[in-house]
Amino acid sequence: MRMCASAGPHKESAVLDLLLTPFSEFEFMRRALVGVIAIALGGGPIGVFLMLRRMSLTGDAMAHAILPGAAVGYLLAGLSLPAMTIGGLAAGVIVAMAAGLVSRFTALKEDASLAAFYLLSLALGVTIVSLRGSNVDLLHVLFGTVLALDDNTLLLLASISTLTILALAALYRPLVLECVDPIFLRSVSRAGTPTHLIFLGLVVMNLVGGFHALGTLLAVGMMMLPAAAARFWTSDITMMMIASILIGIASGGAGLLLSFHAELPAGPAIILSAGTVYVASLLMGREGGVVWLLWPGKHLEA
Amino acid sequence: MVVPSTAIRFKEVTLGYGRRPAVHHLDGTIPAGSLMAVVGPNGAGKSTLLKGIVGTLKPLEGHIRLDGPSAEIAYLPQAAEIDRSFPLSVYDLVAMGLWSRSGLFGGISATDRTKVEEALSAVGLIGFERRPIATLSGGQMQRALFARLLLQDAPVILLDEPFTAIDAKTTADLLDLVRRWHDEARTVIAVLHDLDMVRRIFPQTLLIAREPVAWGETPEVLSADNLLKARRMVEAHDPHAHVCQRGAA
Repeated sequence: MRMCASAGPHKESAVLDLLLTPFSEFEFMRRALVGVIAIALGGGPIGVFLMLRRMSLTGDAMAHAILPGAAVGYLLAGLSLPAMTIGGLAAGVIVAMAAGLVSRFTALKEDASLAAFYLLSLALGVTIVSLRGSNVDLLHVLFGTVLALDDNTLLLLASISTLTILALAALYRPLVLECVDPIFLRSVSRAGTPTHLIFLGLVVMNLVGGFHALGTLLAVGMMMLPAAAARFWTSDITMMMIASILIGIASGGAGLLLSFHAELPAGPAIILSAGTVYVASLLMGREGGVVWLLWPGKHLEA
Repeated sequence: MVVPSTAIRFKEVTLGYGRRPAVHHLDGTIPAGSLMAVVGPNGAGKSTLLKGIVGTLKPLEGHIRLDGPSAEIAYLPQAAEIDRSFPLSVYDLVAMGLWSRSGLFGGISATDRTKVEEALSAVGLIGFERRPIATLSGGQMQRALFARLLLQDAPVILLDEPFTAIDAKTTADLLDLVRRWHDEARTVIAVLHDLDMVRRIFPQTLLIAREPVAWGETPEVLSADNLLKARRMVEAHDPHAHVCQRGAA
C-alpha cells in the first residue's frame, strides 16, 4: 500500500507519506482515527452548548465525577467495557442530576452544588480504588487507550455521537432558549427542566465515551477546546457547532500523527493539538481574536 | 382586532421565596381587558407578583387563577435577565414569540414569517433582522422584546419595568403598542416607577408594599397619603418575621 512513496521522491508525496502512511499501514491508527472522529462529532456540539451556557467548568467537574464510577466498574469486572461504561454513566448521571436538582430547588447555584458533588464522588472513588491497592491498569482509566480501541468500543463511541446529534436536533430550540432567556422559556413552557437534565445526560454520555479513548482527565479537552476555538471564528451557533466538529477531527488526526512520529502518548498529543488550534484561534480568530482587537482595520468598514 | 379577554383572580395569595413571604394578603380580581399599573417602593414585591401570575413562582398560600378562554401570558422580565452576549440574531429572538404555535419542532411558515416582519416593523426594527442581539442598544433591545410580545399574541401581557433606562422616543413608541393592546381588550399589567406616566396612561393602579396598600382607579390610588403609607410599610417591614401578623391576630 505504499503508493505515495512509489510516486517518486517529490516533496509533496513525502509530506503525504508522513500524513497517510501511519493510517494506511496500521490498523490501530485507523481505529484511533475513527474513534476520535466519533468523539469530535458528539463532543463538538455539546462543548459549544456547554460554553454558551457558561458551563465549561461544569464539564470539567463532571469528567472528574465519572472516575469513581468507572473505577468501581473496573474493580468489579476488570478492564471491561460494559462495566466501566455503566459505572461511569451511573456516577456521572447521579452527580449531574443531583447538582441540577439542588441548584433548581435551593439557593445554591449550579457551580457550587456541582463542586460539592464532584468532590464527594471523587473522594469516594479514590477511597474505593485504594481498597484494592495500586493498579497499573488504572493508568488506562486516567489517560485512556486511544491506540487500543476494539470493535465494541468503536461501536459505543459511534452510538453515543449519533444519539447526541439526534438529541441536540430535537432539543435545539429549548436549549437555545434556556441559554438566552430562561425566564421566557419558563413563562411559555415546562420544557426547561427536562431539557436541562437531558442535556446534562448527553454531557455525561459523551464524557464516558471520551473517557474510553482519552481517559477521564483528558476527555473534557476534546469537548471544550474545539468549542472555545470555534467561538473565535463565527457568531452563528450552527456554524460554531460545525467548526467545533471540524476542529475536533483535525486535532484528533494531528494528535495521532504527532504521537506516531514523535512517539508521544496519544491522548495528550491530541489534546495538545486541540490546544494549539485554540491558541491560534484566540490570536487570529475573526470574532474577537487578539490580532483583530489590536489592529481592527478601518473604523468605518464592515 | 379584539382578542378574547382573560381576567386574573387572586384568592388570599401569599408569594415568596423559600419560606420568606414577599407579598401577602392579595385578594381580588383584575378584570379582563384592564390596563393596570403596579407601583410601589423597591422591594415591595412588584416583580414577585408578576412571577406569581406567570406561574414561575408558586404561591405559598392561596391561588391565582386566569379566567378566560385562553390562559396564555406574554411576559417581559426585567432587562437584566437576558444573556445579551449569546450569539443570536434579532430575527431569531423575535421569532421565539411563535413558541406557543411552533413548539419544539414546528416549522416557521410563510405566514409566520410575515408576522415576524410585521412585528419588527411595528417596533421600528426593519433592517435589524440579521444583527446579533449583542450589538443592540438598550432601547433597540427593548423594541425587539416588544416585537416578541406582539408575536406571542396573548390575552394577558405582563411588563416588568419596561421603560427603565429607555429614552423618551422609544418609550413613546412602545407606549403606543401598550395602548394598542388595551384597545384590543387584552389585559395589560405593567410594573412602573414613573407616576406621571401611570397617571396619564393607566386607568387602574395597584399600589403595593408587600401587601396591597390601595387598588383601583389611578387618581385615588396615587394620593399623597397612600404613597407615604406604602413607603413606611416597606421601611417598617421586618424581613425576619416569619409569622404573619394579621394571620396570627
